[in-house]
Amino acid sequence: MAFTLYSLIQAAILCVNAVAVLHEERFLSKIGWGVDQTVGGFGDEPGIKVQLMNLVRSVRTVMRVPLIAVNAVCIVLLLLFG
Amino acid sequence: MDYTATQSGFRQRKLQPNMRLRTSLVDGSEGSQLFEDTSGAASGPQKGFSNQQARPQAEGFPGQSILSDPMSNLAMAYGSSLASQGREMVDKNLDRFIPISKLKYYFAVDTVYVGKKLGLLVFPYMHDNWEVSYQQDTPVAPRFDVNAPDLYIPAMGFITYILVAGLALGTQNKFSPELLGVQASSALVWLIMEVLAVLLSLYLVTVNTDLTTIDLLAFSGYKYVGMIVGVVTGLLFGRPAYYLSLLWCCVAIFVFMIRTLRLKLLSEAAAEGRLVRGARNQLRMYLTMSIAAAQPIFMFWLTYHLIR
Repeated sequence: MAFTLYSLIQAAILCVNAVAVLHEERFLSKIGWGVDQTVGGFGDEPGIKVQLMNLVRSVRTVMRVPLIAVNAVCIVLLLLFG
Repeated sequence: MDYTATQSGFRQRKLQPNMRLRTSLVDGSEGSQLFEDTSGAASGPQKGFSNQQARPQAEGFPGQSILSDPMSNLAMAYGSSLASQGREMVDKNLDRFIPISKLKYYFAVDTVYVGKKLGLLVFPYMHDNWEVSYQQDTPVAPRFDVNAPDLYIPAMGFITYILVAGLALGTQNKFSPELLGVQASSALVWLIMEVLAVLLSLYLVTVNTDLTTIDLLAFSGYKYVGMIVGVVTGLLFGRPAYYLSLLWCCVAIFVFMIRTLRLKLLSEAAAEGRLVRGARNQLRMYLTMSIAAAQPIFMFWLTYHLIR
């Protein structure tokens, strides 16, 4: 149970990488989670699935470029310090 | 020490311990002390290591003259204005990331509030009114309202938990100072993960609430009080006492969380106890229950290895 903050950061980086790797048209649309499949309702009940899809899409849009830098730094650190 | 040839051999040997003492004293002191020390005492016994000290002294004496130079005054004034500018910039940027003014609200507590809140955390069954009172749209400071969340108790509770964990591990002969750091970072990681999980679930269920992240941090930090009570009674009276007190504190924190979160997360009607149908309200109820149920789980998980 010896968690450190560094292991939390590593877990976060892995999770964000996992979300960023999901391809829009090859995968998400096939399972019905694509961007074009959100019901553009104006009611006040988006529902969990729509929220999740929005979350995935926004994470992919926002984190794509910073992830390059973060992954590069992480790789270098792991190579140097194991 | 070899090139202090000015002294005779006998005096050298007698004075070398003194010189060593004095060099250690002077080396360990500040720059200004360096000036006073060498100017005050007579130069006789100190001429021995004056060669050694020649370089620092050479820097010292021009240093004394530097302070009275007008150019240096200008430089000092410029340096201090630069430092204050830097401090302002740091404050401004820090305020953008960590809202310090908002944090001050959470630490505006007094002894009466802390006492009442601790009692409420351990025995929430007699309390009637759980609403946070507002004052012109801003919540009232915790000093004036028992129901308002604060960060003082969670912070103190966290630190006390680490110390008590060190104590408990010491009774099992497993203590080492690094272990305190390990315990602290583990507990901090679990806290951060819990707050992130709650934030994620609040986002997914689209609850319109005025709970801020710091509020969630405060609520998640209240369980440390129960953990400390459990571990201390376990240390004093043995394992059955630990289980009993932990059970009591778990139930108390469960009730506390449900009663506090009910007013914040659920809709008005449901919060008053009336049964409101609808998938959304049901989802919110489940969310409240799961947040409250996560507290006893964490309380047990973080303390069971302390009492063997």
